[in-house]
Amino acid sequence: MHWIEGIVQGVLLGGLYAQYALGMALMFGVMKIVNVTHGDLVILLALIGISFADFAGIGPWSVLVTLVPIGAAIGWLLQRAILNRVVGDDPLPSLIATFGLSIALQNAMLVVWSADTRSLPGGGIQQASVEIGPLFVGVLPVIVLVCATLLTGGLDAVLRFTRYGRSLRAASADVEAAAMVGVNPKAVYATATAIAVGILGFAATFQAMRSTVAPADGPFMLIYAFEAVIIGGLGSVWGAFTGAMILGISQAIGFRISPGFGILAGHLVFLAVLAIRPQGIFQRKS
Amino acid sequence: MSLLSTHGLLAGYGDMRALHGIDFAVDPGETVALIGANGAGKSTLLRAIMGLLPVAAEMVQFDGKPVGGTAPHRMVQSGVAIVPEGRRLFSGMTVEENLRVASEHAAAPHNTPWTQERVYDLFPILREKARTPVENLSGGQQQMVSIGRGLLAQPRVLLCDEISLGLAPRVVREIYAALPQVTAQGTALVLVEQDVGLAKQASQRLYCLLEGRVTLEGQSSDISRDDISAAYFGASHALD
Ligand SMILES: Nc1ncnc2c1ncn2[C@@H]1O[C@H](COP(=O)(O)OP(=O)(O)O)[C@@H](O)[C@H]1O
Ligand SMILES: [Mg+2]
Repeated sequence: MHWIEGIVQGVLLGGLYAQYALGMALMFGVMKIVNVTHGDLVILLALIGISFADFAGIGPWSVLVTLVPIGAAIGWLLQRAILNRVVGDDPLPSLIATFGLSIALQNAMLVVWSADTRSLPGGGIQQASVEIGPLFVGVLPVIVLVCATLLTGGLDAVLRFTRYGRSLRAASADVEAAAMVGVNPKAVYATATAIAVGILGFAATFQAMRSTVAPADGPFMLIYAFEAVIIGGLGSVWGAFTGAMILGISQAIGFRISPGFGILAGHLVFLAVLAIRPQGIFQRKS
Repeated sequence: MSLLSTHGLLAGYGDMRALHGIDFAVDPGETVALIGANGAGKSTLLRAIMGLLPVAAEMVQFDGKPVGGTAPHRMVQSGVAIVPEGRRLFSGMTVEENLRVASEHAAAPHNTPWTQERVYDLFPILREKARTPVENLSGGQQQMVSIGRGLLAQPRVLLCDEISLGLAPRVVREIYAALPQVTAQGTALVLVEQDVGLAKQASQRLYCLLEGRVTLEGQSSDISRDDISAAYFGASHALD
C-alpha cells in the first residue's frame, strides 16, 4: 500500500516536472541549446502571476490564462534579442549567455519581489482530494497531470502534423538544408522558444498554487527539467514526459524511504541513467 | 539580360579565399554546366550565390537586382533553389514530409507550378516510397527526393551540386533524362558535374573552374576535349 501510494504521488509530481521539461526538450531538440534561465522563468512568471492576482483580484485560472501568453512573449523576445545571436554548432556561447542572464534575472527578481516566499491562493482547491479505491488523491495534482498529458500530446501533434512542426523537425535534422528549402531558422527558433516559455506559464501557475516560490528557487526547477529530459532521451517530447514521471516516482519513493532522501533519490536515478544509457531511456542509439 | 549572374565574385571560408573573382551567368531555360577538379570552388560558388557564405551585394545579381549575401530562405522565396552536395535530406522524416517542407516554403510559382504529383510522375519510385523515412532509401532515390525538394521550391534557377555522385549509371541516366522537363518551362539549370562527358552533353554552355578562377567558358558543343583538359588541370597555367 505504502508503495502504491508512493508511485501515485510520484506520477502526480511527475506531471509538474513534465511541464518544466517539455520546453527544455523542445529547445534542446531544435537548437541544441540548454537554456539556463529555464527555472528562473518559471519563478518570474509565478511572481508576475501572484502580483497580478493580488493587484487585479483574479483567481488562479485567470492567472493561468494570462501567464501563458506573457510567457510566450517573453520566450519570443528572449530568442530574438539574445539566443538567436548565440545559437550555433558550439553550445558554449548560449550556455554562457543564459548562465549570465539567469544570475541577472534572479537578482532583478530579488530587487522587485524581495526574498520572501509567496504563493498563489487557489480558493480551496489545494486542499481538495478525491477517494479512489483505498487512496486519497489531491484534485490539484490530478489537474496538473492531466494538463501535462494534454500539453505533451498537443505539442507532439503540432510537431507531427502542422506546417510549423515539419519546419521545426527539418531545422532540427539539418538547419542549413532547411534554410535551403526556404525555412527561416530564426523564425522557427523564436516560435519554439515562445512555445517553450508559454508552457512554463502552466508550470508557474501550478508551482505557485501547490507550494511557494521565491526568487532563488529557479535552479531547482532547472535541474528537475534537465534531469527529466536526460532520463527520457534528449529532444523527444514523450521522452521528456516519461523522464519526468520516472524522476517524480524516484523522488516520491525516496521520500518514503526517508524524508531527506527524496530529492537525492531523483539525482541518483538520473546519474544511473547517465552512466548506463547516456542517450536516455527512449532514444535509440544513433 | 541574364537571369542570374555573378560579377567578380569573391568568397571564402574565414581567412581562406576560395573564389577569386568569378564572372558567371545563366539565362532563363538555359542549362549551364560547371566543371572542375575537386576543390576548384564549384560548391563554394553555388553556396555563395545561395547566400550561405558572406558576399557583397553587387557581386550576385538575380533578375537585375543585387542579391549577394541575402539569407538563403529569402533567396528561395525570390526563386533560386539548390540541390545541395550530399543531398542533405531531413532524416527522421518521410519522403512526403521532406517534399512538403519545400512546397510549404516555396517561391510564388512563375510558371506551371511543381506539385508533389508532378514530382512523383518525374520519379515514379518516390510515389511508392512516399511514406518511407528518407534514411531508408537508396542513394539514387535520396537524390530524387533532393531534386524533388528543389523543384517544389518553384525555382526560376535550380542549382544542382553533383547530383550524379555515387550513383549507378542507370540511375544517373534516369535522373538526367528528367532534367529537360525542368528547363522546358523556363527554369534555368546550373549543373555542377564531375563527369565531363555528361556535363557537355546535358548543357548548352559550360564553365570550367580551377583554384577559384574561371579557366574556360563557352558553348558546350564547341569546346574540345583538349581545351577542357587544359582548363581542368591547369596545363595552360603551367606554361605561362
Ligand atoms: N567549409 C569549408 N571550410 C574551409 N574551407 C573549405 C570549406 N569548404 C570548402 N573549402 C575549401 O574551399 C575550396 C573550394 O572547395 P569546394 O567549393 O568545395 O570545391 P569543389 O566543390 O569544386 O570540389 C577548397 O580548397 C576547399 O578545401
Ligand atoms: Mg563540391
